Amino acid sequence: MVTRGFSGRPRQGSADRVPPGQTPTDDFPVLSAGPTPHIATTDWAFALKVGPKPIARWSWAEFNALPQTTLTRDIHCVTQWSKLDTRWRGVTIDDLLAAAGVAAPTGYALAHSFDGYSTNVPSADLLGGKAMIALAYDDAPLAAPHGGPARLLVPHLYFWKSAKWVNALQFTQRDEAGFWELRGYHMYGDPWREQRFSGD
Amino acid sequence: MATDGPRFAIAPTKLLWQPAKIGAIALQTPRVKSFFFDLAQPFAFQAGQHVDVRLTAPDGYQAQRSYSIASAPATAGVIELAVERLEEGEVSPFFHDVAVVGDSIELRGPIGGHFVWSVADGGPLLLFGGGSGIVPLMSMLRERAACRATLPTLLLYSARAWDDLIFRDELLALQDRHDGFELVFVLTREPARRERDYARRVDAAMLAETLARVDGSARHAFVCGSNAFVEAAADALLQTGLGAALIRTERYGQ
Repeated sequence: MVTRGFSGRPRQGSADRVPPGQTPTDDFPVLSAGPTPHIATTDWAFALKVGPKPIARWSWAEFNALPQTTLTRDIHCVTQWSKLDTRWRGVTIDDLLAAAGVAAPTGYALAHSFDGYSTNVPSADLLGGKAMIALAYDDAPLAAPHGGPARLLVPHLYFWKSAKWVNALQFTQRDEAGFWELRGYHMYGDPWREQRFSGD
Repeated sequence: MATDGPRFAIAPTKLLWQPAKIGAIALQTPRVKSFFFDLAQPFAFQAGQHVDVRLTAPDGYQAQRSYSIASAPATAGVIELAVERLEEGEVSPFFHDVAVVGDSIELRGPIGGHFVWSVADGGPLLLFGGGSGIVPLMSMLRERAACRATLPTLLLYSARAWDDLIFRDELLALQDRHDGFELVFVLTREPARRERDYARRVDAAMLAETLARVDGSARHAFVCGSNAFVEAAADALLQTGLGAALIRTERYGQ
């Protein structure tokens, strides 16, 4: 349905990088469901779990000693902004599993956060260099409002999948809904297919 | 973050776009207009939820934005969205400069199952709004008033100036009902106009003082506004000793 009188912004050359319904921004908006937790790196820990069972655990120092990778990716928030060429550094999930000496044990995973947040991602979307636990943004330690000390980064899915303040990755037998997915948001969240809400 | 149980506030079915006709437009402040949409397919919603609005250009280009619903769930069939004019914006200038009564705009909703409150959730209810962050809180206050609820409720509402306070006269009228609703205006660029209002940015001392005016300990706290406002207000609330799990936030971009 054409909206009477609407022409929109001048079309940008980067249009092929911006999914439908998204608008590029140079800012880095912050969205989260509660207060920003301020987690001291001395209190920080990260666990890898299979079902309820922890199979590996790292302190901040141990985690930072893992191999690190830099990724430059476009990110897309379900609240309709996209940010191009964002630069992250962290530990890929491939390297994390290698450090734990395991292969992805199931087809699905839930990321958990210090504040109780969770989100689900298929294992295949975490592997092959597609995702990391990010420790730095733009060459600086990740700020607390953006999920620091560490957040999950799964840039090819809507950004609510990139859980802030992450403290565990749990492999699950079934695709279990996380925080927003229980509240009507899409189980997968592909921005190119505009999978914003369940049923999209 | 609140760790309430699963809420299926929006049905796990497809959210469909529908054309909604603008039935009325009201100027709220120099920078904010309310748009009243007649829904072809009315939907039930909870106070605090939002809709997505989609504008389409003749070449197929689309712009989408999310707007919180200002009206109360009780007035289903017509929803009010309050749109602040953002100078660099693409959608808000369209609403302010182009849209007129009778135009059809595509929208879908309701969306969001966390930043929501209903009278059945009870109180005391603490609301903290910065600028246009008042909008979803207004829906909650209107719901409370429509249900003639008397649960202790505080609204602390920060804006630059007296004339930037959206819904100001309606809020003052709600306070005059003396039904347990405590209203505090916080102006950041003007002197306070009422005895118990403030003229500075939100801080922990201010929140401790205003929380002391509410009977009983808080059950729900909702904070909505710019990221800077939400960070300041939520941090200050934590400093007053309120548990993080009681505090729900919604941030408008930067």
